[in-house]
Amino acid sequence: MRVPVEWLRTLVDLPADVTTAQLADRLTMYDLKLEEIIGGGISGPLTVGRVLAISPEQQKNGKTINWCRVDVGAQNVESVLDAPGVDVPSRGIVCGAHNFAVGDLVVVALPGTYLAALDFEIGSRKTYGHVSDGMICSTSELGLPDDASSAAGILVLPAGSAEPGDDAIALLGLGDQTLDLEVNPDRAYALSLRGVARDTALAFDLPFADPAEAVAVPAGDGGHPVRVEDPEGCPVFSTVVVTGIDPTRPTPDWLARRLTQAGMRSISLTVDISNYVMLELGQPNHCYDRAKVSGDLVVRRVAPGERLTTLDDVERSLTPEDLVIADDSGVIGLAGVMGGAATEIGPDTTDVIVEAAFWDPTTIFRGERRHKLPSEAAKRYERGVDPALTLVGAARVAELLVELAGGTLVPGASHVGSVPPRVPVTFPVDLPARVSGLDIAADFVRDVLERNGCTVESDGTSFTVTPPTWRFDLNDPYDFVEEALRSAGYENVPSVLPTPTGGRGLSRDQELRRRVGHVLAGAGLTEVTTLPFVGPTHFDRLGLPADDERRRQVLLANPLSTEEPGLTTTLLVGLLRAASLNVGRGHDVVEISEVGRVFLPTEHETAAPIYGVDARPTPEQLAALDAALPYQPHHVGLVLVGERERSGWDGPGRPAAWSDAVAVLRRVARVLHVDVTVRAAQVAPYHPGRCAELVLTGGPWSGTVVGHAGELHPAVAAEHGLPGRVGVGEIDLDRMLAAAPAIGPKPSFSAFPVAKEDLAFLVAEDVPAESLRAALASASPLVESVRLFDVYTGDQVPEGQRSLAFSLRLRAPDRTLTDADIKAAREAAVQAAAAQFSATLR
Amino acid sequence: MAPLDSCPVSAPNSDYDPVEVTPLHPDEIARVTREALEAVAAASTLADLKQVRIDHAGDRSALALANREIGALPPQARKEAGQRIGQARGEVTRAIATRTEELEAVESAARLAAETVDVTLPTDREVVGARHPITTIQELVADIFVAMGWEVAEGPEVEAEWLNFDAMNLGPDHPARTMQDTFWVAAPDGSGSAGSGKVLRTHTSPVQARSMLTRTPPIYVVCPGRVYRTDEADATHMPVFHQVEGLAIDEGLSMAHLKGTLDHFARAVYGDGMTTRFRPSYFPFTEPSAEVDLLCYVCHNDPSAVSSCRTCGGEGWIEWGGCGVVNPRVLVACGVDPERYSGFAFGMGLDRTVTSRYDIADLRDLWDGDVRFTEPFGVGL
Repeated sequence: MRVPVEWLRTLVDLPADVTTAQLADRLTMYDLKLEEIIGGGISGPLTVGRVLAISPEQQKNGKTINWCRVDVGAQNVESVLDAPGVDVPSRGIVCGAHNFAVGDLVVVALPGTYLAALDFEIGSRKTYGHVSDGMICSTSELGLPDDASSAAGILVLPAGSAEPGDDAIALLGLGDQTLDLEVNPDRAYALSLRGVARDTALAFDLPFADPAEAVAVPAGDGGHPVRVEDPEGCPVFSTVVVTGIDPTRPTPDWLARRLTQAGMRSISLTVDISNYVMLELGQPNHCYDRAKVSGDLVVRRVAPGERLTTLDDVERSLTPEDLVIADDSGVIGLAGVMGGAATEIGPDTTDVIVEAAFWDPTTIFRGERRHKLPSEAAKRYERGVDPALTLVGAARVAELLVELAGGTLVPGASHVGSVPPRVPVTFPVDLPARVSGLDIAADFVRDVLERNGCTVESDGTSFTVTPPTWRFDLNDPYDFVEEALRSAGYENVPSVLPTPTGGRGLSRDQELRRRVGHVLAGAGLTEVTTLPFVGPTHFDRLGLPADDERRRQVLLANPLSTEEPGLTTTLLVGLLRAASLNVGRGHDVVEISEVGRVFLPTEHETAAPIYGVDARPTPEQLAALDAALPYQPHHVGLVLVGERERSGWDGPGRPAAWSDAVAVLRRVARVLHVDVTVRAAQVAPYHPGRCAELVLTGGPWSGTVVGHAGELHPAVAAEHGLPGRVGVGEIDLDRMLAAAPAIGPKPSFSAFPVAKEDLAFLVAEDVPAESLRAALASASPLVESVRLFDVYTGDQVPEGQRSLAFSLRLRAPDRTLTDADIKAAREAAVQAAAAQFSATLR
Repeated sequence: MAPLDSCPVSAPNSDYDPVEVTPLHPDEIARVTREALEAVAAASTLADLKQVRIDHAGDRSALALANREIGALPPQARKEAGQRIGQARGEVTRAIATRTEELEAVESAARLAAETVDVTLPTDREVVGARHPITTIQELVADIFVAMGWEVAEGPEVEAEWLNFDAMNLGPDHPARTMQDTFWVAAPDGSGSAGSGKVLRTHTSPVQARSMLTRTPPIYVVCPGRVYRTDEADATHMPVFHQVEGLAIDEGLSMAHLKGTLDHFARAVYGDGMTTRFRPSYFPFTEPSAEVDLLCYVCHNDPSAVSSCRTCGGEGWIEWGGCGVVNPRVLVACGVDPERYSGFAFGMGLDRTVTSRYDIADLRDLWDGDVRFTEPFGVGL
């Protein structure tokens, strides 16, 4: 809301020494936050001048400058010798622009003028071989909005509009300042000078005279005949009629300037008056050319097939929910949003119907959204316009039409409907103090509320407050607390640290997720965060089969991009995108991970119910909400490109491999104390022969696959521009956390001596090493650990077989092993390998 | 005992027959001792010294041979000769031991000197990881509140419209529910329209609602997390960003407790001397509502520095977030008795906290995944 300060000061008697900045600061603390102060940045001898002579001079740099003589009236000095053919008193000024001529009236910034737009004080200076004694100003240098006529540069004033030597600051209103205030949606009343003036009076502890009360309201029936068929949509509707206006009369400068400063264009006197009253009182209104209206004005909903051409000359189809004003010819206005072109005020209009109504805010809100037609009127109506003001607003428009346009008020008014009554609210007198924590006395509260327009009754322990008609935000006890606190000062609220009774710290899942984050970083991975928006093309690039479950997405009704219609089901899309970006930027080693959510639709998607807000939903209702939501587990994903161990002076590098991806995820499992095993799998986007699935072992979810790791399919790597072999992996962290035991494994070890046995087996090459290892580990209770230390194929190993060499550590918990013990354990291991996998000792 | 055949044979002596035995003559012993000590001193390597030991202290050394002659002396003379020889041999042995230590030290020093490496050679073959600053700042914030006895609450990102809006006193016709702000989940009928009753949460406030619905007061929870708005990505906007919200529900809580909590939070993040200020504002879920500004952590609104401060743009204060007393309508919808309990809530963006603290000009850097963005942060801010 733009509030011209000069206008505001006519409505509230603000002391002259209050600066605009001080005013803005106070209003900000009254919930009318300053966005910016517009204008007022010019001081000094800014003067109207008449161009007496122009002498163009070609310069070495190719530019032509004009060496001018300008008559600035009382500011003239004696002519100097190099003046171009003029020897009357004047000023010599160099100007680079060319859109003016001898005889034109221009604005001259004489030395000593400060121009805020340039943040510069003009001085007399030597330039292009002359002493330039000031500056001829353009619109932008004056901080004025550029329009088509001034696009060429210098502001040329209309002939006869001023005399040389006149003060241009006053002439152009450049001394006026305008506050641009951010008005929150609950303070609709402040979308008017009336409302801002009331808050200003409150903020500076000044008396306030409501401008609405100064308007003479027409008595008796009159106006234009009106029928309201939808009293819910239109509780109050008023009209007055003014005849015989003079359509040739211009808008007075003071009115046009206030409109311009408030951010509206001056159009014609009648329209300007209509807008002026909306700004002044906050009552939007509409003027119809009475000659173009046939029959009664009717407020109703739309009939099928009706259309309306609005004031912006757009023909719009209407829907049955639209609330409209119609006459015998059909729809002539979209209620509260925009008038129709057919009954528009024109250059010949002499008789005017002035309409001002109170529309249901929700109806206007929906209509405005439906037609995507934001307007100044709709902005006010959807937030709430004072319903008691319809007749006052219409009368104020009529008053100005009489005063400024030479019209005659037709006595009386049509006035349909009644102001909806306000419900009194009761609350304890100490509620503002209790809620704010500030010592706010009951008398203070009462005074503040009354100055806000409330009617306050008190029995000593509680207030019963009836809010004024213009306050749509005062409905609950706490709403009045805000009003009291605004005046008591938000800045005075004390600082008191509450003392909770003691929390339980992080939840176990939260603590474990942090642990995983540290393990990933410790494994050398750099964490990234990626956007979750993906689409079928991303799944295509991963090579996911058509029936892959991961192609089922949570879809958005309004995605930012049609390429990315929904949420991701795998972190690999974002991670590979990030890996591509890094490789594209020249990184040879990109080892990245992400801990983030994926979004998996439920088997049968349903809409989530909407409940009332008057009471807590039942547990069943809450369960229904959650049941409608997709599964949104945290996943851990990783991509390894380039050397896992870098080449250096002390050894060659080691490129990342499928095994590194598996190793990282096993490390994650290990810090969670979750037992997982791996087995071969064939899943996109992995290399079909180099993919491990991670399987929970033990616990209630034993056998559940929690994720995959391995080498990215070479075709997918190539598709993403990733060089070499790429390690990738992804696991469902939520399942891992669910499987994590509350208490980790207990330490158990023996202090008796260890016996070490190395065993190499020849075994069919399709026997998983892990299976053989597990068999050896469980062959004897004396086996403490089994570690694979060599895999060999080649000489001396038969075709189709490979040699797997294991290092066994044998130990007993209660004694030193005898040779016989060791031999028996060794035999048991060999037997197990032979029996289960036909493995033979090498 | 030396072999007999190597011993010079002498005739049986009587105690009374002095026998002149040249090797045992004091002058001779002094001479060979002197020779031995000179040889020890002259040895410059352990190998040299080994030969010296053989020559001058070995079985065939002059002193060893002289020692054997003692038996040839009359009994009265043996003691004196034995002492003389013993002293000489001891002197030589000690000299060899001393010299051995000296030479060992020299040779060890030389060996270690030869093993000198260039310690400036790179030691960076192991890849070093890092954690994203958005992750660590969420942990930092959580820890500050956990230290005060608060708990950390979480909730889904695809959220029920009722929890995201209705329960937060954002009625069906509130501007924040229009298509321009909110990502709506498509209706399950496949029509592509909204009407699913589900949104990508526009704030972490539904976590507050869930906390009230699942806990009994007193409730002190902080909710960091991802939120979504339909903003096209540019340098200062992203469709996804991070917030932290806090909610306290207890008996007798007021705006003053909110201020105290935020002041403490500010000090914990930005250091002693930090403070906040309230400005009136509007949020549907709080009443009264306030904007909270943070004292500029660079210039501290110091009159000598504030006008040129780029961090706060000369304001002395930085907009930090929104807050207020929980609207009793929200309490009712979430099953908290507003007659008995009151509460406060606050929320602020975390992405801009990171970008302003680390002079990051473009928000997209947080999301692109360029490892050079995250690496400097290491594993903590």
